[in-house]
Amino acid sequence: MNRRDAISRVALIMGGAVIGAEFFISGCKSTSNQVSDLFDADHVAFLNEVADTILPDTSSPGAKAANVGAFMAVMVRDCYTPADQKTFVDGIKKLDEASRKKFSNKFSDLTAPQRTDLLVDLDKEQKEFTTKRGKDLEADAAKHKGDLLYKAPELPNHYFRQMKQLTLLGYFTSEIGATKALRYIAVPGHYDGNVPYKKGDKAWAT
Amino acid sequence: MANLNIDSVKARTFDTIVIGSGISGGWAAKELTGHGLKTLVLERGRDVKHIKDYPTTNKFPWEFEHHGQLPAVVTEANPIASRCYAFGEDSAHFFVKDNEHPYVQEKPFDWIRGYQVGGKSLLWARQTQRWSDFDFEGPARDGFAVDWPIRYKDIAPWYSYVEKFAGIAGNKDGIPELPDGEFLPGYPLNDVEEYFAAHLKTNYKNRHVISARCAHLSKPNQIHLDQGRGQCQNRDLCQRGCPFGGYFSSNASTIPWAERSGNMTLRPFSVVESIIYDEKLNKATGVRIVDTNTKETIEYFARIIFVNAAAINTNLVLLNSKSNRFPNGLGNDSGVLGKYIAFHNYSAHIGAEYDGLKEWTVDGRSPTGGYIPRFRNVYKQETDFLRGYACGFSAYRFQQHKYEGVGSSLKEGLVKGDLSPWYVGSHMMGETIPKESNHVSLDPKLKDNWGVPLLKISVDYDDNDEKMKKDYIEQLTEMFTSAGFKNIQPSTNHQAPGLDIHEMGGARMGNDPKTSILNKWNQVHACKNVFVTDGACMTSTSCQNPSLTYMAITARAADYAVSEMKKGNLG
Repeated sequence: MNRRDAISRVALIMGGAVIGAEFFISGCKSTSNQVSDLFDADHVAFLNEVADTILPDTSSPGAKAANVGAFMAVMVRDCYTPADQKTFVDGIKKLDEASRKKFSNKFSDLTAPQRTDLLVDLDKEQKEFTTKRGKDLEADAAKHKGDLLYKAPELPNHYFRQMKQLTLLGYFTSEIGATKALRYIAVPGHYDGNVPYKKGDKAWAT
Repeated sequence: MANLNIDSVKARTFDTIVIGSGISGGWAAKELTGHGLKTLVLERGRDVKHIKDYPTTNKFPWEFEHHGQLPAVVTEANPIASRCYAFGEDSAHFFVKDNEHPYVQEKPFDWIRGYQVGGKSLLWARQTQRWSDFDFEGPARDGFAVDWPIRYKDIAPWYSYVEKFAGIAGNKDGIPELPDGEFLPGYPLNDVEEYFAAHLKTNYKNRHVISARCAHLSKPNQIHLDQGRGQCQNRDLCQRGCPFGGYFSSNASTIPWAERSGNMTLRPFSVVESIIYDEKLNKATGVRIVDTNTKETIEYFARIIFVNAAAINTNLVLLNSKSNRFPNGLGNDSGVLGKYIAFHNYSAHIGAEYDGLKEWTVDGRSPTGGYIPRFRNVYKQETDFLRGYACGFSAYRFQQHKYEGVGSSLKEGLVKGDLSPWYVGSHMMGETIPKESNHVSLDPKLKDNWGVPLLKISVDYDDNDEKMKKDYIEQLTEMFTSAGFKNIQPSTNHQAPGLDIHEMGGARMGNDPKTSILNKWNQVHACKNVFVTDGACMTSTSCQNPSLTYMAITARAADYAVSEMKKGNLG
């Protein structure tokens, strides 16, 4: 899958701009001294649990089996702006705080249905947050209409939006996601421009 | 270099020298060695052997650390290369890094380069449309640049010659402005592309959508199997180098063919500093190179020299080849060397939706797409700008997803979402008018690691390009509207010249030595044993992707050079 396809897939999935997309497309940005500081093995394990709640085992293995947590850690390290890195890292704590508030327990100790309940809430929260963020950006742009040097302010993203996006991107480009959940053929060997469409067919990984 | 050892000179003497191993240099090497000439092929970068040196070619998406995205260090260091659509985690090793060969941008110019055996032939978009007399007669009819010294009849047999060997997939479309060639079976259009083709045929004169001809082996012939190449397997990963040899590159085709002749000496890591001109003999006697590993300067000698360093670098080599006879660069009596650089205008796109044919989709991956040949100002001047544009055209649909929430319902929705309606997209490929002010020159002070002056590049758009862009958007909007496409969205970009990777000219062909550098056989007017057959030779750009024309021009010039050598006319 080429970069633009991967990004547009996630953009379509998430219905909007991908956080850090400008860096995925133009390349990744990292500050090398933060590489080892951002995450440890516990964080990766935590991210795998979050990812597995977003995309669990169904008829195909879930995001944890694809080790999407490790992919998220690599991408945040190499592809996020410092501001987005901070949002993401702080988000790990915030997610646990939300868990304690709702269920008086940290995320890793929740039952599977509790985890899903919590993340459904957080998904609603990020959606509202992102909608408001978009409106704020529009309003700010309107206020500066005609200003040729106007540069949009860098408003923060929501950490759960980041986690969900990276989960989808990482999972569907992983071996498990591409070959077990989706259909992947490395060497098609043909092209047919005219085949009947059957509703319900699995999506192609590339 | 003061090496008077006669044996050493002998070891450094060949019949012919080819500077460059990309798409045109590979052809020069194949043709010259095929005539039994001992040929030295100089390549400034490393060797890239077919298959063996394609390190990513068989990797799965998940085998790349960033699943295809580029790591930070690479892109931050390479703002220019990073703007190229083909520059990715799987292909970055085939691109010149920005700091490897700096140049001076008097105006923004994204110079995309591939310094290795094969050059950019590993990375090209493999589009191969012929020119017609509507293109070759353009400058004379419309009064710009100078008249091309050749016409379609001169090059048509050479198009056929290179097409048969390279392998071009296409259909006989019977369009005078885009002549048919020697085609392998064409790739099909999809249903919406066919629908739009039928719409144009019914409602417009001379507007067509065809399956773009491309250098892919849709069904190889014996000559392709003899090259060790096989059928294109529709992987759509061409920028990695193809393990099947499914598309044409120097690496898969002409260079190994030349190698098998036993007449080629390939010398990688060889930056050409200049061409050596002998004032007494009134001809070039060889080239001076710098070995990039040892930094040693070495001279090689030959009876004829083919310059195929890629358009801009060919200008650099000629400009830097100074002598008492040619103080301003080899063959530059006219003063036009480095001038009249032109390119292709890719600065507008248009997209839309189509709410029909929803019961159909595609299977597999096509290596090409739809192509709308130039329809503006073809038979007569009809707009307030000169020349015209070709258009890419493709239709596609993709899986639609319900992305709400989390958990198994999200996942199942993503895996089995319904297909979207069809979307269509097009981009313009506009001819630009060569102008004296669009030029390259040598920086008087700055030099590269090998002691060669840096190039200053000064190339820009003009009013003609702006008017053409506007017309493209108007015409395509109208054609899309009448076809029933909805939600039509034109867009323009401000991409710098160069990113089209179709830079041409600087050593243009022409009949008059006072206004051109090369004659109708691509010989330097004033130094007949030097031939220039890459993009630098182009008098005008038309709007077709140029590589096929470079191949044909090279094969034609090589044939002429051999016949002149046999007659004793080239020493």
